Amino acid sequence: MLYSEKVMDHFKNPRNVGVIEDADGIGEVGNAKCGDIMKIYLKIDNDIITDIKFETFGCGSAIASSSMATELIKGKPVKDALKLTNKAVAEALDGLPPHKMHCSVLAEEAISSAIKDYYDKNNIPYTDDTFKSLAHSHEEE
Amino acid sequence: MNIYADNAATTKTSRTVIDAMLPYFDKFYANPSSLHTPGQEAMEALTRAREAVAKCIGAKPNEIIFTSGGSEADNQAIVSAAMIGKSKGKMHIISTAFEHHAVLHTLDKLEKEGFKITLLDVHENGMVSAEQVREAICDDTCLVTIMYANNEIGSIQPIKEIGAVCKEKNVLFHTDAVQAVGHVHIDVKDENIDMLSMSAHKFHGPKGVGVLYARTGIRLTNIIEGGAQEKGKRAGTHNMPAIAGMAVAIKEACDAIDTHTPKIVKMRDKLIEGLLQIPHTVLNGDRYSRLPGNVNVCFEGIEGESLLLMLDMDGIYASSGSACTSGSLDPSHVLLAIGRPHEIAHGSLRLSIDYDNTDEEMDYIIEKTKKVVEYLRNMSPVWSDLKKGKREYVIQ
Repeated sequence: MLYSEKVMDHFKNPRNVGVIEDADGIGEVGNAKCGDIMKIYLKIDNDIITDIKFETFGCGSAIASSSMATELIKGKPVKDALKLTNKAVAEALDGLPPHKMHCSVLAEEAISSAIKDYYDKNNIPYTDDTFKSLAHSHEEE
Repeated sequence: MNIYADNAATTKTSRTVIDAMLPYFDKFYANPSSLHTPGQEAMEALTRAREAVAKCIGAKPNEIIFTSGGSEADNQAIVSAAMIGKSKGKMHIISTAFEHHAVLHTLDKLEKEGFKITLLDVHENGMVSAEQVREAICDDTCLVTIMYANNEIGSIQPIKEIGAVCKEKNVLFHTDAVQAVGHVHIDVKDENIDMLSMSAHKFHGPKGVGVLYARTGIRLTNIIEGGAQEKGKRAGTHNMPAIAGMAVAIKEACDAIDTHTPKIVKMRDKLIEGLLQIPHTVLNGDRYSRLPGNVNVCFEGIEGESLLLMLDMDGIYASSGSACTSGSLDPSHVLLAIGRPHEIAHGSLRLSIDYDNTDEEMDYIIEKTKKVVEYLRNMSPVWSDLKKGKREYVIQ
C-alpha cells in the first residue's frame, strides 16, 4: 500500500477538521495550483493552544498530515508548537512516501504561519529565527 | 459493492482468452522459430493469430508486427517514420499536445536529434481537426501522429479525415489507437491509416503484448535488435501465450462492439448526467465524439487523490489526473492541453466503464461521488473561499 495504516486512519477520520470563527491566529500555506493548501485556526489561552482546527485542499497525505499535526500540538504551549518539525509529523504517521514528504512540510509551515499571525496580532516580539521554516515557501519545494 | 471503473487503465482478461492462452504454456510451448514439428505447429498458430488481428482492423497479415504492447508500437512507428523522413531530408513531425507519453517522449527524443515538432491545439473539447493538420503540413513534414481516442478524456478524433489529408499531402500517418481498438470499429484502409498501435490488455486480452500495424511498403526501424522474428523488424522469441490470447481477445471485442456499445453508452450517459448535477462540475472531452465507456469530470475545490481514496473506501475503483496520483508536481498534461487551469485539473475524476458494469452500479457511483465531493469540499479552504466570494469560480 502507498500509505501506512496511521496515514489512512487520519485520512479516513481526520481530527480537528473545521473553522474557528474567533481564532487568535490563522495560517494558510501552499497554493491550489500545486494541488495543496492548508489552513490552520488556533485558539490560544494563556500561551496554551486550547483549540485548533484545519481546512485542507489536497491529497490523502496532506489531509492526514494536517490532522496529525493538529493532534500533536493541541493543548500544548505555543513555544512547544513552534518546535514541531515536519519530520515529527511524518514519524507520528509511521512515515510518508518520499514524494509526499512535502505534505508534512506544509503542515509544519501552516502551524508556524498561524502562530506568527497570533504573535503579530498581539504584538509579541520574535526574531527572524522564530519562523525560519516560513522562509522557504512551498513553491520552492 | 465493489465496482471496477478503471478499464482505460486495463481490463479484466476474458475467460475465453485465458483458455486460449493456457495450451501455449505446456502443450504448444515450442518456439515458432524452430524447424521441428512442434515448432512449426507454433508457427501455424502465430500465423493464425496474425490473420485474426489483421482481419479485425482491415489490414493484411504481413502488415502486423507483434510487439510488447502499445508503447513499443508507438515508439517503433514514430522512430521508423522519422528515419524515413530523415533519409529524404524531411525532419518535421506533427502531433498533438495530449498524446500518450509513449508518443510525446519519443517526440522529445527526436526533437533533441534535430527534428522539428509541431503540437496541434486540441481545444476545450479535446478535438483536433483535419483542417488544422492540413494547415500544419509543410514540405518538410514526414509524419503526422495523432491518437485515435484520448486515454484520459475519451475524445475520438476525425481519423479518416486526417488520414485523407495526409494521403493527399503524401505524409505518413500514424495513430495511437490503444484506447480505440476493440471499442470502436476501425478499418485502416478505409480510414487512410499508414501505421497504428494497439495493446491487447485494453480489450480484455493479456498484458505485455501489442501490435504495430504498418502498411506494406513502410520500412520499419528496429527498436529491439536480435533475431529474425517479425521479418527481422522485432527481435525476441514470440510471446506465444500472449499472442494467441490477443488474437482471441481482439476478435471477441470487435465482434461484440455493436451489441455492447448501446448498453455501455447508456450507462456512460447516465453517469455523466448524474455527476454533472454536482454544482461546479465540468465534463472533460467532447460530449458526443467520445469513447463509449469514458467519463471524465473536474470538480472545483477538491483534489483528485483524496477523492480516489475516498471512493476506494466505498469500493469504487477509478483514476484521476491530479499531480498526486501521477507522482509529479503537475496535473495531467491532457487536462492542461484542453485549457483546464492547474487547480481545476487537480480535481479530476476518470471513470472508464465496460459491458460488465451495471445500471445499479452507475446509481451507486453517482450517489457516493456526490457525498464524497461534498465531504471533501467541506474541509477545503479553497471551497470555503469560493463560497464566501473571496475567490471566483472557474467552473460555473
